[in-house]
Amino acid sequence: MSAPEPGDALRAAQLRYVLRLADTSLVLGQRLGEWVGHAPQLEEDLGLANLALDLIGQARLLLTYAGELEGRGRDEDALAFLRDAPEFLNLTLAEQPNGDFGHTIVRQWLIDTWQLQLYAGLSASSDARLAAIAAKALKETRYHHRFSSGWLVRLGDGTPQSHERMQQALDSLWRFTPELFAADEVDEVVCRAGIAPSLAQLQPAWSAQVDEELRAATLARPPAAPHPWYGKRGVHSEHLGHLLAEMQHLPRTFPGARW
Amino acid sequence: MYTQGLDQAPGPAPASAAEPGAPAAHFQARVDAEEKIEPKDWMPEAYRQTLVRQISQHAHSEVVGMLPEGNWITRAPSLRRKAVLIAKVQDEGGHGMYLYSAAETLGVARGELVEQLLAGSAKYSSIFNYPTLTWADIGAIGWLVDGAAIMNQIPLCRCSYGPYARAMVRICKEESFHQRQGFEIMLTLARGSEAQRAMAQDALNRWWWPSLMMFGPSDHDSKHTAQSMRWKIKRFSNDELRQKFIDVTVPQAQFLGLAVPDAALRWNEATGHFESGPIDWSEFHAVLKGHGPCNRERLAARRAAHAEGAWVREAAAAHAAKLAGRSAAAAA
Amino acid sequence: MSHEWPLFEVFIRSRSGLEHRHVGSVHAADARMAVEHARDVYTRRLEGVSIWVVPSAQITASDPGEAEALFEPARDKVYRHPTFYDIPDEVKNL
Repeated sequence: MSAPEPGDALRAAQLRYVLRLADTSLVLGQRLGEWVGHAPQLEEDLGLANLALDLIGQARLLLTYAGELEGRGRDEDALAFLRDAPEFLNLTLAEQPNGDFGHTIVRQWLIDTWQLQLYAGLSASSDARLAAIAAKALKETRYHHRFSSGWLVRLGDGTPQSHERMQQALDSLWRFTPELFAADEVDEVVCRAGIAPSLAQLQPAWSAQVDEELRAATLARPPAAPHPWYGKRGVHSEHLGHLLAEMQHLPRTFPGARW
Repeated sequence: MYTQGLDQAPGPAPASAAEPGAPAAHFQARVDAEEKIEPKDWMPEAYRQTLVRQISQHAHSEVVGMLPEGNWITRAPSLRRKAVLIAKVQDEGGHGMYLYSAAETLGVARGELVEQLLAGSAKYSSIFNYPTLTWADIGAIGWLVDGAAIMNQIPLCRCSYGPYARAMVRICKEESFHQRQGFEIMLTLARGSEAQRAMAQDALNRWWWPSLMMFGPSDHDSKHTAQSMRWKIKRFSNDELRQKFIDVTVPQAQFLGLAVPDAALRWNEATGHFESGPIDWSEFHAVLKGHGPCNRERLAARRAAHAEGAWVREAAAAHAAKLAGRSAAAAA
Repeated sequence: MSHEWPLFEVFIRSRSGLEHRHVGSVHAADARMAVEHARDVYTRRLEGVSIWVVPSAQITASDPGEAEALFEPARDKVYRHPTFYDIPDEVKNL
């Protein structure tokens, strides 16, 4: 039985953990925002906008909390608009480009199924603030998952062309999934403190749900991907830099301005 | 407002002139008595056609209107502004949907209306053919464009056609948030740094005149106003609404400390209205003909979304057919 | 357009204790999607606790002018909607 973490080390891990959640929601919300006005049907413009709003809402709550944990006076906007890519701790999967609608749906579904497990576990967090945020986010995620899994099935089991596009999207995004459950020192520290559920314990349920839904969508689960990704540690794909350049342009051009 | 009296081209002589008098007179009596006309009620063919054109133009305007504002979602300068902008643009899409729904009650399918838009044969409000060049444009659009829309939409809540009136009631409830968010952006900029103030003034300079043009041609150039008023599809004339907008908005600009870009603007104590300078109608007509700054881009974006989404719509329909087939087989 | 999604009418119950009211329509490929679309379009401001969606073609409506000989009887369609009528694709100009 290891000794309890010294206060600073726990706080530092807790901060990084919250930033990981916040940045994943923020970056994914930013990607979905790109779709508005360009979706396959007007109804899907509204649906995707809904998801974007929920995710940005989650990001705002989590970033505000992170700023408090950090204790350097940074608010949600300072964290969102003034950090550079290596300081962002989102999953690499979240920053992947939208591609076509099918690609967006697969990315969304992979993160939704992951967030379902994670937020459910976090609702029991010893950190009351995080538990409350997770409980709210869980309700939203259930709707997101309904949306994304519904589309996964419609497009996977639609026309031969849609099936082909979905399988390709899945094949190209699957390599980012090992990061979802790859626990590092930060995960271990917050798990030991009862703040976060164990990723290893969540993984089987996620995997089973993924298998079941892929079967319903007539899609084949790709083979395990060997290359590790470290977005959680600030080592990203090339995409994040461009996403941030666009997102952060105004506050960086007019330092100190209020909007 | 998004119905700028663009249905200028005179169609064939109104059918009611040739039809037997009784149903047309009965219809007009109902309209005069402020009764609502519902989808299955008898109506003159010209009434139906005018409504289909007006409602669908309004719907197209909402949908195309998502583009100039959507342009700034990824660059909104704070998370709150980003969320509010997404919600606003989402509302606009929703308004488009309420209006397509209303148009469909008159016997035209949404797919057909969308095809007309993408083919370039349907019109939408000229205002959305202007570019959003800075963040202040988002403020100006909310304040001026939505402000003008509200001015037109409130009377339409009492339009004679039930589904359209009800759609307008829903829309008006949601619209005031849009105008407030725009004004709030302008206020924040006007009270901000020198660069922000200049950004706000520049946006006002570029959006003022196009906003006035949103009310459509001057009354003496608007041929179908009289008939639309008789049918209570239109409740006030273009010039009346435009004047009202100017009277309400100029004081707001003064509050912001920004200058309206009209050298001839002055308050007339005797009439109790602001006098304004001449509108450049040649610009208005050029934009309507497709020569505005963004006509090509707007249409190209809508065509691309439609084309790139075709495989999705087909797949969803195919899947639904499979489901129906399976449940039929299961029931057998 | 052969894969145009069918029209569904939307009814929302805004508060428990009230009845469902007709609020408009949405297009959707299937009923599950129709509920999601209805939720996204008609309940963004917490306007609902319950949603019903019904394919428009399934609605039977009364004829507003039943007694009047001048009006064309149209007992079984809600709207004068062209897509309620199945015409083979090869027939042009319809």
